[in-house]
Amino acid sequence: MKALVIDDSRVMRRIVGGILTDVGFDVVEAGDGKEALDRLEEHDDVQLCCIDWNMPVMTGFEFVVEARKRDEWRDITLMMVTTEGEQNQIVRALAAGAHEYVIKPFTPDIIIDKLQFLGLVEAKETL
Amino acid sequence: MSLAPDTFDFVATLVRQRSAIQLEKGKEYLVESRLAPLARSAGAANVDAYVRTLRANTGLHEQVVEALTTNETSWFRDITPFNMLRNTVLPDLRNRGSRRIKVWSAACSTGQEAYSIAMTVKDHHPDLDLSIVATDLSEEVLAKGRLGAYSQLEVNRGLPAPVLVKHFVRKGATFEIAPPLRQQVTFRKHNLLDQPPMGGPFDIVFLRNVLIYFDVATKRDVLARVRRSLAPGGYLFLGAAETTIGIDDTWERVHEGGSSVYRPREGK
Repeated sequence: MKALVIDDSRVMRRIVGGILTDVGFDVVEAGDGKEALDRLEEHDDVQLCCIDWNMPVMTGFEFVVEARKRDEWRDITLMMVTTEGEQNQIVRALAAGAHEYVIKPFTPDIIIDKLQFLGLVEAKETL
Repeated sequence: MSLAPDTFDFVATLVRQRSAIQLEKGKEYLVESRLAPLARSAGAANVDAYVRTLRANTGLHEQVVEALTTNETSWFRDITPFNMLRNTVLPDLRNRGSRRIKVWSAACSTGQEAYSIAMTVKDHHPDLDLSIVATDLSEEVLAKGRLGAYSQLEVNRGLPAPVLVKHFVRKGATFEIAPPLRQQVTFRKHNLLDQPPMGGPFDIVFLRNVLIYFDVATKRDVLARVRRSLAPGGYLFLGAAETTIGIDDTWERVHEGGSSVYRPREGK
């Protein structure tokens, strides 16, 4: 499984990438939405994108809108991972085609929880 | 820092008497971590010193029991039981002619389980008339459950974003459960060793991740009380690590899709 982590913060890319690596993803990175579109062109096996909202050049929201125009990418799961937590922003992102939304700050189990909901990581019953 | 043995024994006895929860040896860390904030706020030097004051001051006992019996909780904790509720249990109750569904969420903590049940019914079986009684030993968690307001970190945990935007209203820094769902849940203080709460008989009981804390005799006792609180044909959900098997054979297990639910055997 391959995941694309899109964030303009290198530290944040490393944190999110580390969580995804731990649950079995190969991780590629992009620093803004435009670069992320290029990565998707290069890697046709990406199944998941974790997307920051506020980035230079092209925002995460604009990336979602662009990515959703492409038929060959329709099976890619798009998950926003952002400090933007206003309800109308969550609604906008979901309406544009994002599947999930994680508000920063988060802990690794929150990301893993979401991946279980999305069927990307096997759901396990826990204590 | 390690806890003095007599501190642990005193706390374990207190908790067992008040809640029937068994704190085994090896749970010293739990006592230490849960009581440290209470010790600090009471101005005690450490947990040992704080517990010494408890011997004389029984008025503090309740908050100690609360601190040790409050469990971590999250939305749709484990997905599989909620899938089973939606795909198997509710359709079965509906087929048997029930439109009014009564649920007991036992040891409900801050209400996430109860509200998750309400969301499941609203999204997938909106015609059912649902009422939930959510109970816990701790007044503190019940108050929070009634309020139905959760922090950003709390709603991040286990709650799918489409569900969040559908059933919550953002108020400043918190997300509040929308009023129609909140009205379906009644929060009540209740000890599992007492008679079942008012509001039954129940079609469905959620008693998840509670029995693990009890000894076998108490497990049997609690299961017997739960059985009496169930309506005919009712269902019991337990936690993933819990079972009635080998404890109480008056239950049968229905296993499906990686999850289990229990029903009283006919004639038992």
